[in-house]
Amino acid sequence: MGYPHAPHPKETVVLSKYFGEPEARTYAGWVARGGYQGLEQVIGMDRGAIIDLVKASGLRGRGGAGFPAGLKWSFMPTEKRKPHYLCCNADESEPGTFKDREIMRWTPHQLIEGCAIAAYAIQADVTYIYIRGEFTDAYAIMERALAEAYEHGVLGPKAKGPLRDMQMYLHRGAGAYICGEETALMNSIEGRRGNPRIKPPFPAAAGVFGMPTTVNNVETLAAVPHIILRGADWYKGLCRSNPRSTGTKLLSVCGHVRRPGNYEVEMGFPLKDLLYDLCGGMRAGHELKAVIPGGSSVPMLSRDEAEACLLDYEGVVEQGSMLGSGGVIVFDDSVDIVYQVMRLARFYAHESCAQCTQCREGTAWTVRILQRILAGEGETRDLDLLLDVADNMTGKTICVLSDSCAAPVVSGIKKFRSEFEAYLHGARRPAVAVG
Amino acid sequence: MSPELVTLTIEGVQVSVPKGTTILEAAKQAGVLIPHYCYHPGLPVAGVCRMCLVEVEGAPKLQIGCSATVVAGQVVHVQSDEARKARQGVLEFLLINHPLDCPICDQAGECELQDYVFQEGRARTRYTPTFAKRFNPVEDFGPDILYVANRCILCTRCVRFMEHVADEPVLNVSERGDRAFIGIHPGRELDHAWAGNVVDLCPVGSLLSKETLHSARAWELDKSAGICTGCSQGCNVHLDTRNNVVVRLRPRVNAAVNRFYMCDHGRHEYRWLNRGDRVEAPLVGGVAPLAATDWDHALARAAELLRGVSGPLVGVASPGASTEALFLLKRLLDAKGGRGVFAVRREAGERSLAGVPNLALREERAPNATAARMLEFEEVESVEAALRGAAAVVVLDDQLHGVEAIGAGAVIYLGTTLPAAAREASIVLPITNVAEEDGTFVNRDGRVQRYQQAKSGPGMARPAWWVLAELLREMGLGEGFAGAAEVFAALADGESSFDGLSYPSLGFVGRAVSGEVEMAR
Amino acid sequence: MPLHDTKVYEPVFTGTRRERLDEMLSRYPTKRAALLPALWIVQETRGWVSDEAVAEVANELELTAAYVKGVVTFYTMYHQHPVGKYFIQVCTTTPCNICGAEGVVDALLEHTGCGELGATSPDGRFTVIEVECLGACGFATPVLINDEFLETVTPERVPEILERLG
Repeated sequence: MGYPHAPHPKETVVLSKYFGEPEARTYAGWVARGGYQGLEQVIGMDRGAIIDLVKASGLRGRGGAGFPAGLKWSFMPTEKRKPHYLCCNADESEPGTFKDREIMRWTPHQLIEGCAIAAYAIQADVTYIYIRGEFTDAYAIMERALAEAYEHGVLGPKAKGPLRDMQMYLHRGAGAYICGEETALMNSIEGRRGNPRIKPPFPAAAGVFGMPTTVNNVETLAAVPHIILRGADWYKGLCRSNPRSTGTKLLSVCGHVRRPGNYEVEMGFPLKDLLYDLCGGMRAGHELKAVIPGGSSVPMLSRDEAEACLLDYEGVVEQGSMLGSGGVIVFDDSVDIVYQVMRLARFYAHESCAQCTQCREGTAWTVRILQRILAGEGETRDLDLLLDVADNMTGKTICVLSDSCAAPVVSGIKKFRSEFEAYLHGARRPAVAVG
Repeated sequence: MSPELVTLTIEGVQVSVPKGTTILEAAKQAGVLIPHYCYHPGLPVAGVCRMCLVEVEGAPKLQIGCSATVVAGQVVHVQSDEARKARQGVLEFLLINHPLDCPICDQAGECELQDYVFQEGRARTRYTPTFAKRFNPVEDFGPDILYVANRCILCTRCVRFMEHVADEPVLNVSERGDRAFIGIHPGRELDHAWAGNVVDLCPVGSLLSKETLHSARAWELDKSAGICTGCSQGCNVHLDTRNNVVVRLRPRVNAAVNRFYMCDHGRHEYRWLNRGDRVEAPLVGGVAPLAATDWDHALARAAELLRGVSGPLVGVASPGASTEALFLLKRLLDAKGGRGVFAVRREAGERSLAGVPNLALREERAPNATAARMLEFEEVESVEAALRGAAAVVVLDDQLHGVEAIGAGAVIYLGTTLPAAAREASIVLPITNVAEEDGTFVNRDGRVQRYQQAKSGPGMARPAWWVLAELLREMGLGEGFAGAAEVFAALADGESSFDGLSYPSLGFVGRAVSGEVEMAR
Repeated sequence: MPLHDTKVYEPVFTGTRRERLDEMLSRYPTKRAALLPALWIVQETRGWVSDEAVAEVANELELTAAYVKGVVTFYTMYHQHPVGKYFIQVCTTTPCNICGAEGVVDALLEHTGCGELGATSPDGRFTVIEVECLGACGFATPVLINDEFLETVTPERVPEILERLG
């Protein structure tokens, strides 16, 4: 396994600084690179102060929701009456996103340190790192690193002081995108079907095993040691646009750029620069057509919108989409938008947990209508039907998988209607409609 | 200490409900039914069907009424455009895979999917016929339950019932997405003593009872309130009848006894109510073989027989007879210095429903032994032994198991059918069975509960209380009674534990007797 | 599969596997939570999760077999029937799809002799399936063969990859 690129000058490498250096995977290598100093520092700190520090930094959840991390930690009971839990969400399954895997493969100790700091701050006795089942190499690397951490007394029985009673375990998933939803993740840890839960209750009140729980994404937790060491002001300073979006973001760029990969940039970085500069632009002979900026569950951006877009939470919203997980899927002019919208709908239909009527039936129905259109048998009213079905699937379910299926459909029809109409009027047939 | 009340407005109606009440339950108090499938007051909330989405002013998204708790000052709209569109959406989504089985589906006429679709669904489908509907084969969950997977709307009521109420998680949701179905592990059957309730819980015709499959259309059925006669628990039931035949028993809600459920044993014990081999006319015999006659003659003859008794008089009562009949039989026996006995069948091994307190299929397999005890009938192990040496015997509907022949000279048999041992009776008086009369039973907890006539009895059969009342009148020991309610009033007058109770006060939920009750087993 | 399976079922959780299960149980406050780890041990050992294994796991964790089966059927990585020696998962979700994933699938179906998705090759060595996003979108097309995670697979690389497997 290799890593495609050395850091680009326009990147701001914090989390990804040691990507590509096998030494960084080891305990010794990590310590040599300044690792575990953040953890050492927090042991002396008041827990409330740690949480305030993270709040002040402006760190927001990097899994997709963008919820302020420090605020989330502050929901945990300060007076501990029951066991507290931290769950690290390493279920990374959002199409277009592949950053958490890299963090775990290259800098497992960075994640372990971030988890330990968070666990300490929220008084969690146990941390479960939920790694999706397909990440076999990341799992093996994390397993070795965790064993090292225990061996070297970072936490567990060989640790000195309050970390002696802290436990950290890996929990392997088994093939379900929906387990990346925080309440489904908790159900999965409990040995149940990965069904999202209705909220309330919220995890901080009753989470895994009914106990106060915080669930954080890998990238979010990996940022924590740096914030501890370098301070909230430093982190806040990593900001090019809106002060409510601070720090760096690992953007997973994939699709039709010349140099796909993970790029770490400051919040507010222009998407145009990311695509044309850092990623080397489109493949030879092709033009940009569309970009899905935040993993497949967010609306797609037209070329103009993409080129005007600033990459932070507010900036992407301004262009009519969301930063989400930061999985940047780049479509050039060779892409059949209708086919890819169908393929995405198929993804959601496959991953639906089956609880909510709208999602269970609506995702599959959406696929069928799109397949019919692709086969040249669609009717004009099918577009309105798709939009109405999408509307019936939005804002009405336990989790947002249903809404996520609607997003590419609605944005695809809105911005590329002519492609759909080409199929309707018989101007285009796909070579083969797979599935 | 009364709970804190929260006041809110639902569909323009203001209600005040205890804090913590869900919007759906609060709506019931406002007289508003929020359509729903997966919610059931006896089961933990699932929130999956999404049918109960309502508009709450000020909330950014529609809320599910089954789970959202009331907030003071909330204004809830159930019939707003947005809420109706959401429900119409759910119905449409349910129908895309749901087969058009109504013409052959047992649930038709009592189907919640039909009901809401007719009420609020789209008139025409947008799911073109070129799309296949999902197909899963019918599964026999056994022993009595069929799972028609194609009709399933995945409300998961059955799964939650088996897990949380029956405490035997033998059903699951298998697979994911629109491939999901209800599974039972191969090799297991749905043979829990209370499993039949999943058929009632299923809002559509997906879980069906083989026992009643294709036996009647829901709209052909008349419904009466009854009490199960299977054991001493006294579960409240509905008797569904068609053309004077009991076709089905279903549980009737009673929060104090059986909540929403009844056990499979009781549920399947209804065919005897339709037996054809009934005694249809009073029969008088003695020197000559039994011959049919009219009531006047039969009652006069019976009174004569009893007047002329010289020797021990024994009354054998069935613990399935009504309280009213037992009361009058006792009155008769007391007047003549007779001994009243009863025997009750027991089956070892109570089968409780774990999720409901004090609810089980009881060992004592009769509905009214408690009343017999309270009225001081003596419980005996052997009817045969109790009859030895009797000069005269009056039998109230007992089947006389283990009795070859009654040796007594004078035998008056009140019964629905004529068991072999009663063929030599002097007089046979035909009575109605529990489905054919009004009456009460007292359950093992001392709860007096009314049951209602569901069908008419055959031929000249009359309620046992009437027969005994007329017999007493013939003997100059009473004035007769206008109805079962009047008999009960007389009983309440005389028996201190029944003090204050009456048919009106019992209603159809029943009330407990006062004082200690010798617990039935 | 033979109509009458006369082989006696051998329990999975013996010896070191028993120890591993016990260790897993120590990580959680409930037995139920050790279910996914237990199923992984079963699949590592037997290659798939049979109904007998479901019963064994249910027994160990004090769950019903119906419950365990419900969990097994939810998670797509647990095989409910035997598969080829090399179980090949190819991502064809949109980011990989626009980078030629379907061509990789075709190449694999052809060169393994499987013929169609989900089928096991006649020599029993391969099963090829399409899966959803494998989380390696920048390294299209990723292919997971048993536990080996390959990246940047192209149709041209397929023959050499298969040969290496042996």
